Amino acid sequence: MADKPFVHPYIPNSVPETKQAMLDELGLSSVEEIYAEIPDRLRFKGTLDIPPAILSERQLRKHVQGLLDKNTSSVDFLNFCGAGCWQHHVPSVVDEIINRAEFVSAYCGGDYSDLGKYLSRYEFNSMLGELLDLDGVANPIYDWGDVAGRSFRMARRITGRDKVLVPAHMSPMRLMEARTLCQPESMANSTKIRFYEWDRETGMADLEDLKAKLDDSYAAVYWESPGYLGTIEAHGAEIVKLAHSVGALAIAGVDPITLGVLAPPGQIGADIACGDIQPLGMHMHAGGGCSGFIAFRDDDPVFAQECPLELYTCMETATPGQYAVGEALPDRTSYGARDQGKDWVGTASGLWTIAAAVYMALMGPQGFREVGETCITRSHYAAKKLGELPGVEIKLSPSFFKEFVVNFDGTGKSVAEVNKALLGHQIFGGKDVSAEFPELGQSALYCVTEYYDQADIDALARAVKEVTA
Amino acid sequence: MNSGRRQAIERGTGGAPLRRQDAKAKLDDLARLRRDGGVLHDYRAPRWDEPFIMEQGMPGERGIMVPLAEDAVTAEVGAAADYIPEGMARAAAPELPEMAQYQVMRHYLRYAQMTLGMDLGSDISEGTCTMKYSPKMHEELIRGHRAAEVHPWQDEDTMQGLLQIVYETGQYLKSISGMDAFTLQPGGGSHAVFTNACVMRRYFEARGELGQRSEMITTIFSHPCDAATPMVAGFKVITVMPDENGYPDLEAFRAAVSEKTVGCMITNPEDTGIYNPQIDKYVEILHEAGALAFTDQANANGILGFARARDAGFDACHFNLHKTFSSPHGCEGPATGAYLCSEKLAPYLPVPLVTKVGERYHLEYDRPESIGRVRGFLGNWMGVIRAYAWIRSMGPEGLKEVAEISVLNNNYLDNLLMAIDGVSRPYAEGHRRLDQVRYSLEKLKEDTGVGTEAVRDRMVDFGIQSMWMSHHPWVVPEPFTPEPCETYSKADLDEWAAVIRKAVDEAHADPQFVLDSPHAQPIDQMRRLEAMEDPDQWAFTWRKYKRKFKDKV
Repeated sequence: MADKPFVHPYIPNSVPETKQAMLDELGLSSVEEIYAEIPDRLRFKGTLDIPPAILSERQLRKHVQGLLDKNTSSVDFLNFCGAGCWQHHVPSVVDEIINRAEFVSAYCGGDYSDLGKYLSRYEFNSMLGELLDLDGVANPIYDWGDVAGRSFRMARRITGRDKVLVPAHMSPMRLMEARTLCQPESMANSTKIRFYEWDRETGMADLEDLKAKLDDSYAAVYWESPGYLGTIEAHGAEIVKLAHSVGALAIAGVDPITLGVLAPPGQIGADIACGDIQPLGMHMHAGGGCSGFIAFRDDDPVFAQECPLELYTCMETATPGQYAVGEALPDRTSYGARDQGKDWVGTASGLWTIAAAVYMALMGPQGFREVGETCITRSHYAAKKLGELPGVEIKLSPSFFKEFVVNFDGTGKSVAEVNKALLGHQIFGGKDVSAEFPELGQSALYCVTEYYDQADIDALARAVKEVTA
Repeated sequence: MNSGRRQAIERGTGGAPLRRQDAKAKLDDLARLRRDGGVLHDYRAPRWDEPFIMEQGMPGERGIMVPLAEDAVTAEVGAAADYIPEGMARAAAPELPEMAQYQVMRHYLRYAQMTLGMDLGSDISEGTCTMKYSPKMHEELIRGHRAAEVHPWQDEDTMQGLLQIVYETGQYLKSISGMDAFTLQPGGGSHAVFTNACVMRRYFEARGELGQRSEMITTIFSHPCDAATPMVAGFKVITVMPDENGYPDLEAFRAAVSEKTVGCMITNPEDTGIYNPQIDKYVEILHEAGALAFTDQANANGILGFARARDAGFDACHFNLHKTFSSPHGCEGPATGAYLCSEKLAPYLPVPLVTKVGERYHLEYDRPESIGRVRGFLGNWMGVIRAYAWIRSMGPEGLKEVAEISVLNNNYLDNLLMAIDGVSRPYAEGHRRLDQVRYSLEKLKEDTGVGTEAVRDRMVDFGIQSMWMSHHPWVVPEPFTPEPCETYSKADLDEWAAVIRKAVDEAHADPQFVLDSPHAQPIDQMRRLEAMEDPDQWAFTWRKYKRKFKDKV
């Protein structure tokens, strides 16, 4: 290797003549002379502990695909696990568009040269605004847990109050992320997270407990619908009313794929909504398909001014009737104001917003209604079939969208045992929530979307029957 | 190549090394072309005049059919509406487009055409972004179902391949940085930088010093996230300005460090491309005060295999897998941030960590000292798969070659740009830059009235991506920051410099023409800029725009 020049297909100027010609122009004998800028004591003189290059594309493909083939996918097996990352059907047109090299390889090009990216982004914001029934939609960032924490911080800035009330059965994972953003309580600018109880029968908010705890020291009340445990929150409007009665904001956490059939946060009266767009056309990618959004009512500019994410507005051009997209209030973000900005923004999940735009356009109002209805009916069918099995009980019914809690206490088996045994039937069982919610006993959160049909669900029921017998 | 042609070539060269002669001749051609002003593309951006999708379609059209519940299913459980609590049904259908599939496909394909991705243009322009080529084979890897359709809560026995890729990538990054531990959970570079602020916070919280230590130090030429994320973590941020040579002022830095200091979050080289030869002294000052040192290595292209963060004493660093390690930028994500740290900080890394026990890879959650999570699930492992493949395609020699050629390209381009009237390179005269340079067009602006923004908007007319100017604030007046990483050929570099030269020549000949740029783009010059700031004019969604400006739509 040392004798041969390293001319790689990704490094054209490694051709020795090219390199020499460039050095000649610079009057240098070698690139070493440039690296003299790094003092000798800081130079790394060893060899990186990395295996030798696999130079041919064929061999590299074989090697990495070989590693990936050690995985079992939700195409190999039936998958009834959701819990924040859900297997919905991804339309082929979505993949066709987001796999276009123009989009895959673009970054932060300008308003003109990357116009298509900005228009797609604006259409995403506009269509999500229709689904949510809210006028202000910001450019998404990492995931739902992250935007939940950012929404709490946004409410804190708007109200000047430093506490938020969240349901005690909020997704534990999202709560962990939010806590990281809200800082340890000993810190001067921390946002304190307090909890209100939930009804162990219905899975909905315990309004009495919320009333007892809520006062005008709170910046916001947060709720999730459907909640982590799958149930549709019926008390959204009451939560809004209670929050507003003490001058607090109402923040809804929502799964946007439900909004063809369920009341959108705008209709319920939420001030801010957050959630994940992963169901809207993203493959799961082991959770990499997630992307969190923040939306808000835009009747008061304070929401936009305190929004921590990038905002885009419709603009006009020198040609009448022609539209452009511009970044609104850029001085508010970390790019404009560094540590004086509202949180920070950065490269996060841009391609997913384009995927979601294509998805929403393909689905239309009819598609969203139908996917909602199918999720509800098939998941309830699955719950019925599982609930009929000896020792298996469905908890927190009857109002859920696509996820429901299945308790195995009566079978004498743990969820871990059931799930291990289901692998033998080529099935991924539900998320084990027995450690997160000990009061639910040996319970798993099952997910059934439009992806799986009656035959798949019947296969699940047969397998669960066998492994719990 | 058929055998007849092969023979012809061999005859033609008389057995002499063919490539060598050809390369020389080609280089002479390139040099000649450059003397003549370079090769510019006679480019016209696609202009589709495409209406918003919200204005297209026809009630009743369908883009896709959705599976409906089987009759037997509804016979058993009834209608969906029966399960929706009172008041929770949607009252009015969302006003989404109703469009047939082809029309949706065509619409977004037109948008794709009106996006000058790196694969189409020349992203030398986007400095601080490391716009290198992302191998297409890697896209095939991540799109396969054993990558794309893995559920994050799957039993770890069923995702050993992914875990191995993540673990091995972590080992490689440890070697490249000299650090002891890693996480690939952050969903982007800034997110990894935030992770650092949280790890440092937890470190001092565990030592009972969080009440005392409340200040994080950064420098003005470090990325904005090095200032913003410690603020979010709850710290007061102190920003050190450059000295006359462009290095962070050492005395100002020393004065900023005290018993209140948490640590520093700084870049080296900074956006200026200047390597700070005293960087270990800054770290020493921090360590003497009991504070920690983090270096932001979003753009590590110039130092791969040449310098390691740990060797300069840093306690932690990060990489952007979508920059230095070739994962594509995807219209600003999904992205992956790699965070690495010393043994001292390892207990505080977010959960789960990917570990190896015997021959088995494992997701380790039982880490009581951990900061918790910065992101849900496992992170964006698409970026890790690509980075793994890229590192394996390079090997240790290849990574050093990446660094060498990036640095050579940068200095070659510098030579061309500095010969252009009106271009200057502030700071550190006599010192060469590594991977990028922050230039100034201040003189051009003084001479012609044409500044960096107008040049940026003009260069896109030649099929070259608009150039990155600078993060805010503009310490360097009328700035621009190209980064010609290893991807670009000598001809690409010549072309890029020729475009700048062309815009500068135009500025001298007809400044208004440049100020009226762009001239060959999908849309004309933007107007009504006040919509970006004025609540009465902004419209973050089309529904809002229609209500505000109904008469126009």
